[in-house]
Amino acid sequence: MFDFVSFFPRAVVQSIPLLYGATGETLTEKSGNLNLGIPGIMYVGGICGVIGAFFYEQSGNMDGFLAVLIPMVCCLLGSLLMGLLYCFLTVTLRANQNVTGLAMTTFGVGFGNFFGGSLIKLTGSEVPSIALSATSSYFSRSLPFADRLGVFGKLFLSYGFLAYLAILIALAASYILKRTRLGLQLRAVGESPATADAAGINITRYKYVATCVGSMIAGLGGLYYVMDYACGVWSNDAFGDRGWLAIALVIFTTWRPNVGILASILFGGLYILYLFIPTGTNLSVKELYKMLPYLVTIVVLIISSMRNKRENQPPESLGVPYFREER
Amino acid sequence: MRKQNTAMPVLHISKRTSLPLYKAWAIRAVAILLALVVCAVVTTALTGLNPLGVFKAMFDGAFGTQRKIWILGQNVAILLCVSLAVTPAFKMRFWNIGGEGQILVGGLATAACMILLGDKVPNWLLIVMMILSSCLAGAIWGGIPAICKAKWNTNETLFTLMMNYVATQLVAFFVIVWEVPKGAGKIGIINQDTHAGWLPQIGSYKYLLNILIVAVLTVIMYFYLTRSKQGYEIAVVGESEKTARYVGIKVEKVIVRTMMISGGICGLAGLLLVGGTDHTITTTISGGRGFTAVMVAWLAKFNPLVMVLTSLLLVFLSRGASEITTIYALNHSFGDILTGIILFFIIGSEFFIGYRLSFLKNEQKEGKGNV
Repeated sequence: MFDFVSFFPRAVVQSIPLLYGATGETLTEKSGNLNLGIPGIMYVGGICGVIGAFFYEQSGNMDGFLAVLIPMVCCLLGSLLMGLLYCFLTVTLRANQNVTGLAMTTFGVGFGNFFGGSLIKLTGSEVPSIALSATSSYFSRSLPFADRLGVFGKLFLSYGFLAYLAILIALAASYILKRTRLGLQLRAVGESPATADAAGINITRYKYVATCVGSMIAGLGGLYYVMDYACGVWSNDAFGDRGWLAIALVIFTTWRPNVGILASILFGGLYILYLFIPTGTNLSVKELYKMLPYLVTIVVLIISSMRNKRENQPPESLGVPYFREER
Repeated sequence: MRKQNTAMPVLHISKRTSLPLYKAWAIRAVAILLALVVCAVVTTALTGLNPLGVFKAMFDGAFGTQRKIWILGQNVAILLCVSLAVTPAFKMRFWNIGGEGQILVGGLATAACMILLGDKVPNWLLIVMMILSSCLAGAIWGGIPAICKAKWNTNETLFTLMMNYVATQLVAFFVIVWEVPKGAGKIGIINQDTHAGWLPQIGSYKYLLNILIVAVLTVIMYFYLTRSKQGYEIAVVGESEKTARYVGIKVEKVIVRTMMISGGICGLAGLLLVGGTDHTITTTISGGRGFTAVMVAWLAKFNPLVMVLTSLLLVFLSRGASEITTIYALNHSFGDILTGIILFFIIGSEFFIGYRLSFLKNEQKEGKGNV
């Protein structure tokens, strides 16, 4: 029997890092920057939060408010720096975005694992991971009355605050992109920077702000993963390929953060579906089930390109650096 | 816009028409030097070690002993092979970041031949079948996204990326199917006793064959890209699809053909890894080379001969870094940080090769302001 009540919450907690990553990447791509460094940025966001929390826990007395604030600020700063680096290379220096993104991923994953490893060494523990259970307990604290509401509480109210923040950010991003002048101008920058430039929009500023804000949102996904999903345990390479999956999700949702909320839960579900399908002793089939999120993305990718609807296409100038004098 | 600005920009950026080759390389060399300085500062700041000692250890790690040089050569060969594979696709502006997956399926096909046919066919036939099946597997893996790109303009960057994970899971599936012993979760060395399907060793040099194959491939690829009709078609499609259509090049055909070549060579890299060196297959056998190759190819400006140097640089960095991590008991990811820093500098330096910066003097400002 398929146990939906235990399946759904696990799909949701899987989905939140993806949702953060996808929302951040959507904003970035709307400005015409294809940031393949998102996986690296999510690592950096996660580890910066861990570093902040680690030293705060070391300092002794814990205050609930600061225990949440310090890791968040560290995470946002770390991912902001990564975003700035990406912008400086691709916008100011007009470097190739694919190559820059891949280099950032190499750097970011290395950065995360190096500091993770160093902190593990500082604690002198035997196991290759750091446990920040005190900080994590603040992050994963759910509403006090969630337990009393039975199935409803378990399905919708049992998550830490970062999960709800992810949904709020996605809704806000969707609103800004679709309904405000700011969003209109941002989309103009991504579709046709030359036109936007002629209309008096500061291309450089829009690209910088969108990419940096996008990086910070993506970084929060890394923080959520460590602090809430993994219960404050950082182990190297544990975050895995979620960053790439987040980029896939952007295409899957055809650049709509609000669709991303449902799509990420679907992805999260597909990601863990193999745990819930009875396969008996045949372990190898489980490996095939793990293909599902990727296969579904491919199918969506093909179908959306076959239908070729104008509103479902990537931003026109995605991946192309803008140089005013090249018009 | 210009007129509203009260403060005129001090910098004027313009595109360079051309830059002599030696100057371009001088700029890159300066960038690498600067990167090394930054790496040294970072190393000292993070670990408190003497950076010169660290660099020396890196150098020793890469070139220290004859064995290390052979391993370096082997790693350069494989990375170069993957870089050569992705290059024709990139020249066509087809962002094949699915090298990983194409290597994996190539390796998987090789392993399948070795395991299933190892004791059934003569060794020479087995090796021929391994070569054919690995290239074919890679070509199919690269061909699927290409067909969709050609037919419906499907985004190839994401398609090829997703194909990586499908390939990874496929390998994971077969690893469990073929695992030895049951429940071990890995295959172990294939045909340890019979050496069936192991690529022949030249003399006592384990890696020489791989290096020679890739060296030949480099030369072939250079001439294919610069001297053949197909190479020219690739360049035209990359520069402008419309022009290509106008002059009667069948763009769809070029896209699919080029990607199948690209995937096929990646599959060959899988063969070299599984049949030539590792004699086993794991999900991590390609070790991120599909991604690193993108950077190698781009840094070399898609010139196969220059790629020898750029892949040497990247392999040197990772081999050297792994050496210092063992000597100084650092985390092995420290190498990735150093590699990242150096790549950022090289990526950034391309700007100064492509564009000219001129500082505007006061009197010039007035004149420019009226333009």
